Amino acid sequence: MRTLPISSAAEILRTLPDDAARQVMWRFGDRYDLQMVVQAARGVARGPVARMVAAGARNTHDWTPEKASLLAAFDESGITSLFVNPELGGYLAGPKNLALALVAFELAWVDAGAATSSLAGVLALEPIHERGTPAQREHYMRQVVPPAPGEGREQKRGAFCLTEPIPYVGVETGLLGGKVRVAEWPEGGEPVLQVDKRGRFITNMAFANFVTAAVEAADDRIKGTCMVILEEGDPGTFDRGVPTRKLVHQLSSTRDPAFSLKVPASRIIGGYTVKDGVIVPHYSHGEIIEAVFRRTRVTVGLMTAAKLLSAVEPVIRYQRGRFRGGDSVTPGSARHELGLQQRQDALHRLVDVWAAGEASASLGFAAARVFDEVDPFERRKDTYFAQKGLSGRAQLKALAEVNRDALEYLKLTRRPAAARDVARLAALEANELVRFVLLDSVANVLCPACKLWNTGQGATMMREAVSLMGGYGITEDCPGFLGHKWMDSQLEATYEGPEAVQRRQLSVTMTHEVFLAQFRQWIEEMRRIADAHPGTGACTLASAMQMWLWTLLYLQRTTDADGNKLYQGARQGVTFPLADALCWLLAARYQVLDVLELAEKGAAEPALAGALPGLVGFFTDLCHVQTARAAGEVGRITAELVFGYRRHPAWDEEGCRTCHQADELEALEEFIPGISGTARALGDVIEADGSHPAKAGPCARTEGLEPFLRMRAKMDGCLTGARLAKDRAAERLTQVMIPEALGYPV
Amino acid sequence: MGYHIVVCGSLVPDPLQTLEPVQGPQGPALKNEMMLPAVLDPWASHALYEAAHLARTVAGSRVWLVSLGPKAKLQQVMMTVAQKAPFELVAIDGSASGFTDAAAVAGALADAIEAIPDLDRTRLLVFGGWESASRGASAVMQIVGERLGLVDQFQGVDALTVEDGGALRVLERIEGGRHQVSTLAGPPALFGWATGHLGEPPNNPQIGMANMRAIMPALQRAKPAALGAGPTFARVSLPKQTRQTRVVKDLAVDAIAKEIVDWIKG
Repeated sequence: MRTLPISSAAEILRTLPDDAARQVMWRFGDRYDLQMVVQAARGVARGPVARMVAAGARNTHDWTPEKASLLAAFDESGITSLFVNPELGGYLAGPKNLALALVAFELAWVDAGAATSSLAGVLALEPIHERGTPAQREHYMRQVVPPAPGEGREQKRGAFCLTEPIPYVGVETGLLGGKVRVAEWPEGGEPVLQVDKRGRFITNMAFANFVTAAVEAADDRIKGTCMVILEEGDPGTFDRGVPTRKLVHQLSSTRDPAFSLKVPASRIIGGYTVKDGVIVPHYSHGEIIEAVFRRTRVTVGLMTAAKLLSAVEPVIRYQRGRFRGGDSVTPGSARHELGLQQRQDALHRLVDVWAAGEASASLGFAAARVFDEVDPFERRKDTYFAQKGLSGRAQLKALAEVNRDALEYLKLTRRPAAARDVARLAALEANELVRFVLLDSVANVLCPACKLWNTGQGATMMREAVSLMGGYGITEDCPGFLGHKWMDSQLEATYEGPEAVQRRQLSVTMTHEVFLAQFRQWIEEMRRIADAHPGTGACTLASAMQMWLWTLLYLQRTTDADGNKLYQGARQGVTFPLADALCWLLAARYQVLDVLELAEKGAAEPALAGALPGLVGFFTDLCHVQTARAAGEVGRITAELVFGYRRHPAWDEEGCRTCHQADELEALEEFIPGISGTARALGDVIEADGSHPAKAGPCARTEGLEPFLRMRAKMDGCLTGARLAKDRAAERLTQVMIPEALGYPV
Repeated sequence: MGYHIVVCGSLVPDPLQTLEPVQGPQGPALKNEMMLPAVLDPWASHALYEAAHLARTVAGSRVWLVSLGPKAKLQQVMMTVAQKAPFELVAIDGSASGFTDAAAVAGALADAIEAIPDLDRTRLLVFGGWESASRGASAVMQIVGERLGLVDQFQGVDALTVEDGGALRVLERIEGGRHQVSTLAGPPALFGWATGHLGEPPNNPQIGMANMRAIMPALQRAKPAALGAGPTFARVSLPKQTRQTRVVKDLAVDAIAKEIVDWIKG
């Protein structure tokens, strides 16, 4: 594989990447509405939020008046009403996944608790937005928008209440302790429900005026589960509970509330039907939270990505200034100018942090964009099936047919242009259901992948970033609040579905045939990219993707040494690591694609003139570093899975079947001189007295695994040049110009 | 009858950045200037906030921001500035560097102001910074005023209030932290603002999006400014920062305090 030549002086990374570069990479260069949202959120993050953190507001888990002032800052800057459509008082039309992702990213750049605080309001509204009735949407969306001057309306804020106190419940979303019963049902009138719900770790609870709560029927006259809207002022108990004694995200209010309220049945989110005297909610709580979380989890993943990228500048500044002030460190000397950056290890570790940050941001923003794309198709799909009267299994059956069309579409696109059925291809392309299935299968993978990898691996890399600041890293004074961010990332890995939930979801969605068909195309895509841009590491990535795919298919059809099926839901020792491996690949893929976007579209952006070659060169090297790391992880995981479930041969009759016998070799020595020594070098020999080499058993056999071994060897070779890229990137870190001071208080 | 307020102001590199003078092909410049994040010049920002405030309080007023700077960077800066207050942008494509000639810059600004359609010169108030973060000569606004024939000029303005009857009361900074109070009958006039008294308005994307509908076309229409060759600079350098460090151990707090006081007293 070729690698890019060592960069010329013109390709030096001159400054840290600015907004112009990010707008191109994350595909909102043509969206000035989003660019403004970014600036608005940044103003809040680096202004009031940063000042609050610097002043020590995180030292208490209580919701203080000072913290409450952040809500006004969110309102003034448009963050609160971002989620609301213009016809209901908001200002941003269309899907808002990318917009919300950008806001979360900006706020979490300084403090993820502030980001959570703003997002929790969205989380409360999401069930209503996704599955609420038109009347519910109209009512609650309008209420959260800050009142216009002279409007004289009280603004409402919401909280989302799903998790419940342990023991028993609170461990998974399928089990609910919260109950709903029929309190009154006047003849011909609307039923009144009695809702009893205790919440645990509920964000925004210090000030929420309404709560969207998940409950289960405890009455024969209500079916299944649902989500209901509870309001402060409803008859009964609306107890905000005590503050959760959390260690992190202290700029958000988290409490353990208790509700015992009477509410009209019209508060059931999505409405209900009365069938044979039973209230049948239109949506179970599971259906609602699935629609909600698959969007909001992406923003959580981006919060951790922001932390990693925000660590770069303070670490560089710390490294360079580490020795300044000492008597022997004179200005102009290498020790004065570079400080710790004279040491390769410090640079290499920072390159790793930066590369991981880029990859996780790329994955997260790609996921957000996919949801923006899929949203309108999903709504039209819902409308289409509703009109057809198809739901439940009937809808799944209909979608299975669409899956086949989607696969046919993908197959047609792979054919040479001359060999395509153009009319059929055009028909499939115009089919919105096909488009939905294609996007949905990717979205179903990207969401858990982003949540899982960005937060889990992000937390690990944040620890690395903290370590790069020495003891300073774990103080409140640490520039960039890196110690706080490290702690916060652990919560991000947990809330809205901990890592096991994401792995479980991935282990199902990543085997969807439409996703895998697209994954195959992505491998070819990476090879093509590698051909045109060899320095990106795309070839390495393609090899690793090939190996992952081979391993999945192998595990799906293979049993372990005891004859038990390997790839199955209960066998998380198989499915979960493979899900982890996929995340590495996806993050690196989107990182490569973002850098290509910058290289291709950046030239048309005048604000990037001059900076582009250096940026692209540096980001290309970061890609190479990250793809090599991803390939290494995939190699390790797949090798362990492929070999790990085979039983190692023992020094018994079965195990020694392929061993040579020493006396037989000696007899052959007369005819084939040297065979005895060769056999000992290449295989296992049992001596005449029955003794054998001192090891666990005869060497493991690899029949049937030759393709894997070939791929593994090839992939190892593909790592060629990766460390040169790392050296180059490290060198660039010593040259990049950084601001005199951090852009927010410390 | 509101005012027609024209604010002159452009971008400067974010002050947190390392500003290192270098010799470029067109003369002195700042290292990596085009790559550094930029902000609206802080002095001009104050002028803009004051203009927006005045426009809000006097019905029928309009605000224009006339800005000379590289178009691409102006667009980036507008993503923030446009969220602060409602205004119409008049963009002139050219260097925002402090190394250009003040008279040429003022000429370009005055020409752009004169070309604003519907501008009522009898209601005209020209605002700007009394100096800027890229040029501290306090020259540009005065020349703009001269070019526009505005004889009522005030520099270092900290407050402008409209009195009953429409007279304008102006506070200008003078020595010793005091203000000179002037009253003028009304427009036209020019005001070089110091910091004023208003805080920075929060970003509001809703205002921004309303502004951007006109700002984007204005940026596309931006004409290149002919600033000429400008002055020749023999040498440019950053002000020297002097640090005198003396390591002293076991000194009593009172002794340290006394030494500091003595040092301050000189």
